[in-house]
Amino acid sequence: MSIEIKTATLEPVRQTYAHIERRFGNKPASRYQEATYDVQSETNFHYRPLWQPDLELNDPRRTQIVMQDWYALKDPRQFYYGAYVQQRAKMQEVAESNYAFFEKRDLARFLSESAKAQVMTYLVPLRHFEHTANLNNMYGAAYGYGTAITQALLFNGMDRLGMAQYLSRIGLILDANTGESLIQAKHQWLEADIWQGLRALCEQTLVTEDWFEVMVAQNLVMDTLMTDLVYRQLDHKLSESGAQDVGMLLEFMQLWNKEAQRWMDAVLKTTASESAANQTLLTQWVQKWRALAIQALQPLAEAMLDENALAQALADLDKRLAKSGI
Amino acid sequence: MSKVYIALQDNDESRYLVEAIQADNPTAEILYMPAMIRIEAQNFLVVKRASVEEVMGRDWDVQEIHLNLITLGGNVDEDDEQLTLTWNQ
Amino acid sequence: MAAKKLNIKDKYRLLTRDLDWEFSYQDRKQAFPFEEFEGIKITDWSQWEDPFRLTMDAYWKYQAEKERKLYAIFDAFAQNNGQLNISDPRYVNALKIFLTGVSPLEYQAFQGFAHTGRQFSGVGARVACQMQAIDELRHVQTQIHAMSHYNKFFDGLQDWSHMHDRVWYLSVPKSFFNDARAAGPFEFMVAIGFSFEYVLTNLLFVPFMSGAAYNGDMATVTFGFSAQSDEARHMTLGLEVIKFLLEQHEDNIPIVQKWIDKWFWRGTRLLTIVAMMMDYMLPNKVMSWKEAWEVYFEEAGGALFKDLARYGIRMPKYADLIEQEKEHISHQAWWTFYTHGHAAGFHTWIPTDEELDWLSEKYPHTFDQYYRPRWELAKAMEAKGERFYTKALPQLCTTCQIPMLFTEMDDPTQIAYRESLYQGERYHFCSDGCKDIFDEEPEKYIHSWLPVHQIFQGQCGGPEVEDILRDYYRMNVGADNLDMKGSPDEARWKLWKGVA
Repeated sequence: MSIEIKTATLEPVRQTYAHIERRFGNKPASRYQEATYDVQSETNFHYRPLWQPDLELNDPRRTQIVMQDWYALKDPRQFYYGAYVQQRAKMQEVAESNYAFFEKRDLARFLSESAKAQVMTYLVPLRHFEHTANLNNMYGAAYGYGTAITQALLFNGMDRLGMAQYLSRIGLILDANTGESLIQAKHQWLEADIWQGLRALCEQTLVTEDWFEVMVAQNLVMDTLMTDLVYRQLDHKLSESGAQDVGMLLEFMQLWNKEAQRWMDAVLKTTASESAANQTLLTQWVQKWRALAIQALQPLAEAMLDENALAQALADLDKRLAKSGI
Repeated sequence: MSKVYIALQDNDESRYLVEAIQADNPTAEILYMPAMIRIEAQNFLVVKRASVEEVMGRDWDVQEIHLNLITLGGNVDEDDEQLTLTWNQ
Repeated sequence: MAAKKLNIKDKYRLLTRDLDWEFSYQDRKQAFPFEEFEGIKITDWSQWEDPFRLTMDAYWKYQAEKERKLYAIFDAFAQNNGQLNISDPRYVNALKIFLTGVSPLEYQAFQGFAHTGRQFSGVGARVACQMQAIDELRHVQTQIHAMSHYNKFFDGLQDWSHMHDRVWYLSVPKSFFNDARAAGPFEFMVAIGFSFEYVLTNLLFVPFMSGAAYNGDMATVTFGFSAQSDEARHMTLGLEVIKFLLEQHEDNIPIVQKWIDKWFWRGTRLLTIVAMMMDYMLPNKVMSWKEAWEVYFEEAGGALFKDLARYGIRMPKYADLIEQEKEHISHQAWWTFYTHGHAAGFHTWIPTDEELDWLSEKYPHTFDQYYRPRWELAKAMEAKGERFYTKALPQLCTTCQIPMLFTEMDDPTQIAYRESLYQGERYHFCSDGCKDIFDEEPEKYIHSWLPVHQIFQGQCGGPEVEDILRDYYRMNVGADNLDMKGSPDEARWKLWKGVA
């Protein structure tokens, strides 16, 4: 027997989980809030990790940065898993149709030899840079503290793998799927003088221990400079010389960088404004990695673009730093 | 001999998958359970792209099976043409 | 020039497998420092076989489609007050255990696979772990969202995260995953990737979720099956890891066997709670725990170990004992929770007469002889208004942290006790399996955060049990705990359904 239910009897007992209510009050919460806040275990760990016995399994001391509440580092995009994959699925649909169009119409045949050589020399080797970024973001996902930042780092890490794969596909388009371009690109990465500065820098980030420092080095310093050099300046140069179709293959990365910067800037701003100590630390890290990056990238920037290229990229970095209060 | 198995969500697409699997694995046993369909076979089971495309009447990518898959048992091998489950015994 | 078409294997290999390089400027071992201390020998990472070959673009596409379907159902469930369609409000108590006990494990799985996904120096294995890490994050988040609506209408779900870190019985699942994460990266893979994912999660996600469907819970069955579709990839990774380790070096075989013995035992102990959920907490029954165990452990696991025999791997130690235990553990566990129901964050109850008959039928060798009489006694006491609660705090096994509730299998009336002396201290265990695990690594297990010890040491407030429940666990005492009969959950259900 079906009985009509008076709406009054179906009033919820509570609007959201208790820990969300303690933070935001007794009102309906967003999916981002419920999926993020206080999800990570905080206390009463059973065993010390054999691989790092001086620390707990989840331990805020894996960085020198101190936050009273690590959940202050919220993601302005409000990405939880579902929101994240749906956003990326939209972007990949566009990318897929761009790549398919490029291949089907064989747009590669309109590229000059010089344009092709530039793509092979400067673009395809970046798959190794993206791979480093994948590892560096996974590092923060694994050893960072609080779901707000660790989930965003995980998404970022997977994005970098995706972009390493897109860059590899550009190579495969140009070498008719033989894989020859990838071998060449690796050779560039391992042997060519112009790449050694960046490669050494990548290797250095991979042995750096403080996860927040790694994040600053990768997602702020190196990414800002590389984004400006490659996805703005090189894209512009290619486009000016009749290779504008390559731009179709870079759209994903350009959109992505804009979005990721918004997130990183918000995180850094909050961290810097938390305490003078944090701000000092961030400033030191930025100075250290900025100086290393200048040295590392100068030969690449000059060969790829011109002698002023790096200065333009640095101006972009400094603008971002000022915005984040570092 | 041991059983390999695959379980699919009980929905419209799975009905086509089951039809294709049945055609390619005539000895497979189909078990209907709440909300799921379990298909078992001795030592080997194959899901072929061509057969699924034929019953669905459209292009079908082998990786699309993940949308309806619940679980499986056996050594998996997946390529463009098929997904196989095998016990080597 | 016409491009040759790449098949999926070659494409995946080209796009992913050669991303790594030999370092020139730093010591590569410093970038991947945890690979050697467990004694596992990897001679060539390039031998790694990718279990599935999903590139990120395909991953985003398929996962987004799964998520769209899933969230459409969550929305419809909430908008239509889907909680009214469940078979019986007792069912929701299984969800309380799920959210407080299982969902946080998904989170720990994310953390553990992020760790291996950063630490393995072979790119194939690393990327596979990363993809599992993000899937595991998916699982915890979809579970939180699926339960979100229930939380608005039922007690006991509201402080799941706080409870998971503190409540006595939740230290069982928590310590299981802490143990795996605290181990080296290869043991973690054998523990979680292989032992847990390949055999044991099926028992949780397949028959239990089928049960959720059978009890009218659309939200749970949908996330369960949707999660399990990722699990199929994870299982394959787990099997790949084992084969890879065994093929890399013969010295790995005894190490892997030791881990399999440990983690199958630890896993079966953990699943006691799932056994109880299936036999006692699903009002509409799909299959008994014993039947599920036979299909998913004995049959599927048996086939698996036959397949691994060629590497020199044998069935896990105590497999014969585990086979006997399937007749007992669900009954022993539910009785323990029933008698400690004042200290649990969910409701307990006496099975209905119909359910007792079902249990008699499903467990012809044990139920009538050992367990039915207890319930008949409980019924008689309840009828006299003397619902029974044990006041004493239970003694816990140092390894699995489950109260001493398991019996000797050759005498199901005799509680099993084992003990070890270590550095002058005496440690207690529920079984030979748990004692073995402790004896192998006592330094690890003496650090266990045993909830009852902590209470006795005054670390959890008090002095009364009720103070601990209210202040330390943050339970709503009188609402979250005690018997289903007379609970606010039951009262609201009756109001919604218009029954007295």
